[in-house]
Amino acid sequence: MISGLITPAAGGPVIPTFGKSSTCVVQNHQFCMSWFLDNFSSRFQPRLLEHIELTAIAVGVGMVIAFAAALLAHTQSWFETPFSLLAAFFYTIPALAFFEVMVQVTGINRLTAEIALVSYTLLILFRNTLTGLRAVPDDALQAAEAMGLTRRQTLTRVELPLALPPIMAGIRIATVTTISLTTVAAYIGAGGLGEPIFDGIQTGFKTEFVAAGFLAVALALVADGLLVIVQRLLTPWARRVRRA
Amino acid sequence: MNQADSGCVEIAFREVSKRYEGRPEAAVNRLSFEVPPGEICVLIGPSGCGKTTALKMVNRLIAITDGDITIDGRSVNALEVTQLRRGIGYVFQQIGLFPHMSVEANIGSVPRLLGWSKQRIRARAAELLSLVGLDPDADLRRYPGEFSGGQQQRIGVARAMAVDPPIMLMDEPFGAIDPITRERLQDDFLRLHREVRKTIIFVTHDIDEAIKMGDRIAIMRDGQLVQYATSDELLASPANDFVASFVGADRGLKRLRVWTLRDLTLDPAPPAGGDSLPSVEVGRSLRDALSLLLTEGAGQLTVTEAGKPIGTVTLEAITSAVAQDRNTAAA
Repeated sequence: MISGLITPAAGGPVIPTFGKSSTCVVQNHQFCMSWFLDNFSSRFQPRLLEHIELTAIAVGVGMVIAFAAALLAHTQSWFETPFSLLAAFFYTIPALAFFEVMVQVTGINRLTAEIALVSYTLLILFRNTLTGLRAVPDDALQAAEAMGLTRRQTLTRVELPLALPPIMAGIRIATVTTISLTTVAAYIGAGGLGEPIFDGIQTGFKTEFVAAGFLAVALALVADGLLVIVQRLLTPWARRVRRA
Repeated sequence: MNQADSGCVEIAFREVSKRYEGRPEAAVNRLSFEVPPGEICVLIGPSGCGKTTALKMVNRLIAITDGDITIDGRSVNALEVTQLRRGIGYVFQQIGLFPHMSVEANIGSVPRLLGWSKQRIRARAAELLSLVGLDPDADLRRYPGEFSGGQQQRIGVARAMAVDPPIMLMDEPFGAIDPITRERLQDDFLRLHREVRKTIIFVTHDIDEAIKMGDRIAIMRDGQLVQYATSDELLASPANDFVASFVGADRGLKRLRVWTLRDLTLDPAPPAGGDSLPSVEVGRSLRDALSLLLTEGAGQLTVTEAGKPIGTVTLEAITSAVAQDRNTAAA
């Protein structure tokens, strides 16, 4: 059924004739810039925005779940192993198989895609958050206790800020991974840059999937760069260390 | 020697014990002593003697099993624990500055909990930084990681004094700092303590530091108090062999450090020609005076106050001052 979608059309490329076609398009070159620019706002921009939305929701929801789980595991250490195993289990399922299975439960829609995408973020976000919380220097915790900070004040004023660098590192990895993984989500009709990729592969029109692939890579790089900036703004202290 | 300021409080240990489950020996066993307002009391003893445990029971980092600790007659258990701790300055060897907070925010930690305004916190942090010998203009916005260990502990002391608590607990505060910097920190802290009197309990394992810092010294062993006395008493008449060996065979020399020339009855100043004698300020220790006598090969020193000769001192005067020490030293 759906698997037929990704097989390139037999009998040579089907060249779309969107009005007047340039030689580049007609000869199906690797990448036709003018076609890409002409079609960006109509064919790519909506997909790009969908892609950003899918990724943001997945990482956001994943972070909320992973954060809550890490906080629990930080105080109740028994919780670490079962949650780690569950997250690792999700992480190791092949993406296409996971989508296929989830379609039978929640149908062909964005919810299905998000469930799968969130599942993939959990392992990294959980691990990094817990590592960050555990790496808070003992002397800072001792000082907090001796100064009369309550448990909650210690968490919000000392532990979380100090755990930020590993947490942000986790968010960066999760974001880049999810951007890449989200292209596959088009397979179950979730939209995003995967749509033009599948479409291009199906029709054999190279510019379409090259452009979409390029956009996905560019999105990942830009997102990572922005997150680095956010991290630096949030942790100005991390780079200001006296050199011995 | 120590006038109590009105803001100072007395700390009293009354039959305080700490027992841990599954351990037959008490970590602290029926400890009783009093620290008069405004004094520095040093707890000292071999490792495992219970000195840090005793200290941490004051701000309830460790719970008291039996007995009570009172601050101006009020049990430490009477207050809510966070309330109690916010009113007690705490300085420890690992310093524990918050690496993600500027120096200002570190010092402002407790004031912020108490709802001080931003301006008041900034003013207080600046005041404290200059008090501990750092530069408020340059250092308030910097982060702890940008400072040396000695500077960090200065910030640690400033942070502990942020809300001007009447009590400070200091757990080997200068223990991890190189000897030269440690001396300077000790001197600065003593100067600071003369300006801002607080009742202080100071834990160390270094007898020289104890003698230097302590108005009173409590020597502990196996959770029990062996002797509680002023530095001078402790050096002059150790209660038993353990104390004598702990303070060291050179306690006669150490005692010279406790005394200053001010504590001696000086011979009258020579009418003239005193200039030819080496001179020493009256505020210096007997140890410094003796050292000068030895290095100069002189039999007599001119003692000066603010540069003006006020008398002379001889080797005999110094030895007779510590004479009572001789009888016990032979034992």
